[in-house]
Amino acid sequence: MIKVEHLVKTYGDIKAVNDISFEVDKGENMVLLGTSGCGKTTTLKILNRLIEPNSGTISIDGKNILEQPPELLRRGIGYVLQNNGLFPHYTVAENIAIVPNLLKWDKAKTQKRIDELLEKLHLTKDYLNAYPTELSGGQQQRIGLARALVANPPVLLMDEPFGALDNVTRSKIHDEFKALDELKRKTIIMVTHDVQEAFELADRIALMDKGKIVQIGTPAELLFNPVNDFVSGFLQDQRLQLEFKSIKLTDIWEHLSDTGKKTNTSSLPAETGVWDVLENFKFYPNETLNILNQQNKEFKSITFEQLMLAFSKYKNLQPHE
Amino acid sequence: MNEQQQTLFQFMSQQADKLGMQTLQHIGLTFISLFIAVLIGLPIGVYITRKKNLSGLVLGIAGVLQTIPSIALLGFMIPLLGIGAKPAIVALLLYALLPIIRNTYTGITGVDAAVKEAAVAMGMNKWQVLFKVELPLAMPVILAGIRTATVINVGVATLASYIAAGGLGEFIFGGISLNNTNMILAGAIPAALLAIIFDFLLSLVQKLNFKKIRGAVKVAPILLLLLSCLYFIPSAYGGKLTAGFTPEFMGRQDGNLGLRSKYGLKIHTIVISDAVMYKAAQEKELDVISGYSTDGRLKAYNLVVLDDDKKIFPPYYAAPIVRTDALDKFPDLEKTLNLLSGTITDSIMTELNYKTDYLHQTPERVAKDFLVAKKLWKPERGGNDGIVRIGSKIFGEQYILASMYSMLIKGYTNYDVTTKTGLGGTKIVFDAMTNNQIDVYPEYTGTGLLAILQAPAKMVNALQVSKDSTYNYVQKEFLKRYSIKWLKPIGFNNAYALMMREKQAKELNIKTISNLKRYLESK
Ligand SMILES: Nc1ncnc2c1ncn2[C@@H]1O[C@H](COP(=O)(O)OP(=O)(O)O)[C@@H](O)[C@H]1O
Ligand SMILES: [Mg+2]
Repeated sequence: MIKVEHLVKTYGDIKAVNDISFEVDKGENMVLLGTSGCGKTTTLKILNRLIEPNSGTISIDGKNILEQPPELLRRGIGYVLQNNGLFPHYTVAENIAIVPNLLKWDKAKTQKRIDELLEKLHLTKDYLNAYPTELSGGQQQRIGLARALVANPPVLLMDEPFGALDNVTRSKIHDEFKALDELKRKTIIMVTHDVQEAFELADRIALMDKGKIVQIGTPAELLFNPVNDFVSGFLQDQRLQLEFKSIKLTDIWEHLSDTGKKTNTSSLPAETGVWDVLENFKFYPNETLNILNQQNKEFKSITFEQLMLAFSKYKNLQPHE
Repeated sequence: MNEQQQTLFQFMSQQADKLGMQTLQHIGLTFISLFIAVLIGLPIGVYITRKKNLSGLVLGIAGVLQTIPSIALLGFMIPLLGIGAKPAIVALLLYALLPIIRNTYTGITGVDAAVKEAAVAMGMNKWQVLFKVELPLAMPVILAGIRTATVINVGVATLASYIAAGGLGEFIFGGISLNNTNMILAGAIPAALLAIIFDFLLSLVQKLNFKKIRGAVKVAPILLLLLSCLYFIPSAYGGKLTAGFTPEFMGRQDGNLGLRSKYGLKIHTIVISDAVMYKAAQEKELDVISGYSTDGRLKAYNLVVLDDDKKIFPPYYAAPIVRTDALDKFPDLEKTLNLLSGTITDSIMTELNYKTDYLHQTPERVAKDFLVAKKLWKPERGGNDGIVRIGSKIFGEQYILASMYSMLIKGYTNYDVTTKTGLGGTKIVFDAMTNNQIDVYPEYTGTGLLAILQAPAKMVNALQVSKDSTYNYVQKEFLKRYSIKWLKPIGFNNAYALMMREKQAKELNIKTISNLKRYLESK
């Protein structure tokens, strides 16, 4: 879907982006991760031509974007900024309608689409005539997202979209983000310096340093197959938590033993990450949980101890750094 | 105080026509120039946000323009654009440019970079970013600039009357030269009110929210245009000839008021400062002007004086006036000073003024050349029988006369001389004399009568008939009140006069003010 090859962008002597190549598949959520100043934003902005690269090629859907008129290109790419960049002189409704107006949609179509998005983003219509400054940070960020999504762009670029939010709001929005069906179909490139966030939201992560990509892979690949000390060092601090987040029940399925005690409660899908299963044990550590593996139609009922045992068996089988 | 207000109110209601016209002109001038300044300043302000390296230069130039004193700027405009509305509007708009350019620039550069980036990222082109994002968000700052410019313009527009562009300055400066407080206030109060009202209205606009500002900004150009039109309403009349009168002349009984009441002269009149009036007459922007009958510019610009056949201009015969104690102390003084008597006619004085003012000869040289030609000059005796102190007011003619007297005294008597020239206006030089700081200076009968003795109007009317009656009256009163003696008149009469271009006067066969009136009334 998106193919980036040998991208270079320099500012004087600074190589902000130094020969970067990667591909993102359709519907994939690629996260550019790295410390501040490593070139994430620059890379992202080259993709919608807010910044012109010194060299390199970028194609979206097989078309070279550097040959398209930038305005038209951008109308087909959603863009969400850290500080939302909402127009302070536009109401919420007008803000969301910017791209539809540029695309000359008729009013009814725009209105219908806005209503639909507001509902999906859990915003009431009361906000439509408010100005952005009258909203909370979390609401502003949702409007920023609605504005990027309104014209149904196949590609979404997000630059630290949740960076300005407090922790509680952020984790709430993370959950909504994951649950939003609109986003499941989109090809997303998201920039963050927050390892947790990257692990929570990414299909794949491109870990960057000094204008270069150090490693691209799934969260688990980065955790368990780091290409060098930089990668393992980068993840070290929150290692355990990241492991819980990146390992899914399917990964440790074979190590999980079944208690056979079926309770009447509903069951969790096996794609659930260990972290989320732990959250389910939080209130009732002595209960058993039903889990269901759709692939082989297996059904298990597990306890907290069995989950932890399976997790450590799985880890012991991974190569050690 | 109460009486003062009363008379101010009376003055304003008497002059309501003029006041209304001047106010309309004032508003018109302010907003025409503001409108053009916005048309020019806004794009420049936007342009330098795009070409940042030019911003310093452009803002610098606009800043320098603003530091040019208003009068000087108006003066620069005259050779380029003549007199009247054009140069005034250009000068005003130059003053208005800086706040508009600067605020447009700071307003736009102050727009949140994230908002601009979002606009671009959503696919707006550069014009859409400008008109939908940058300008609306910068609008409060830009409006603040326009507000500043408006207040500046209301103030500077008072000076427009110097170059015949009208406005409330006509009253203000007329009042200042006539020492007429009511007239000054009748111009100054409305001007101040205009500034306060416009400032207040614009502050309201500035406080509107974005949505209403959008609406307001749409009607603004129309409103500006309408206000600008006010300027043309009053000036939409013309005439065969155009007169340019100084603000002082406009308000005097022995000036325009007398022309109207005694001659019934009705002429299309604009108000203009003395400094540019003669030149404007020469350049055919004006046909009739009010001037002084011995001004050197008469000759320089080929103008002729129209005969005041109904004698509305009081005589301003020049004569030396002397402290009587000095006459006692210096017995030879009186006859020496009287040597000049009868030697200098109007045309000779004009000629002499022309030499100093236009040929830039020194007053001393002009004085000596004249005395030599009249065979009055004698070499200095180098006497030391006491020192005669001669004073003069601060203009060329008086310097020349003071020099002549100094030479005569040194040549004909054994006294020495010190001169205190350049003693400002009448009040300063006369105070110097009553305080015994000078012994003698040249004065004019009309000035003695009106400015020093402040004779009542009835008396003035009675005396105006002949030059001798005025002279006799001031001589008698000065002796009685100040112990100052008027010696014999020098000969010339430096009075108010109407003048025209010599050629035009000949063509139209106009020699007197009555001729002028008849010409104006003929079909
Ligand atoms: N406009 C610019 N001019 C000069 N240097 C820049 C500019 N933009 C970014 N840089 C430099 O390029 C590097 C990468 O910046 P950026 O892509 O913003 O990093 P990140 O988003 O990862 O924090 C940094 O060293 C930054 O200082
Ligand atoms: Mg960044």
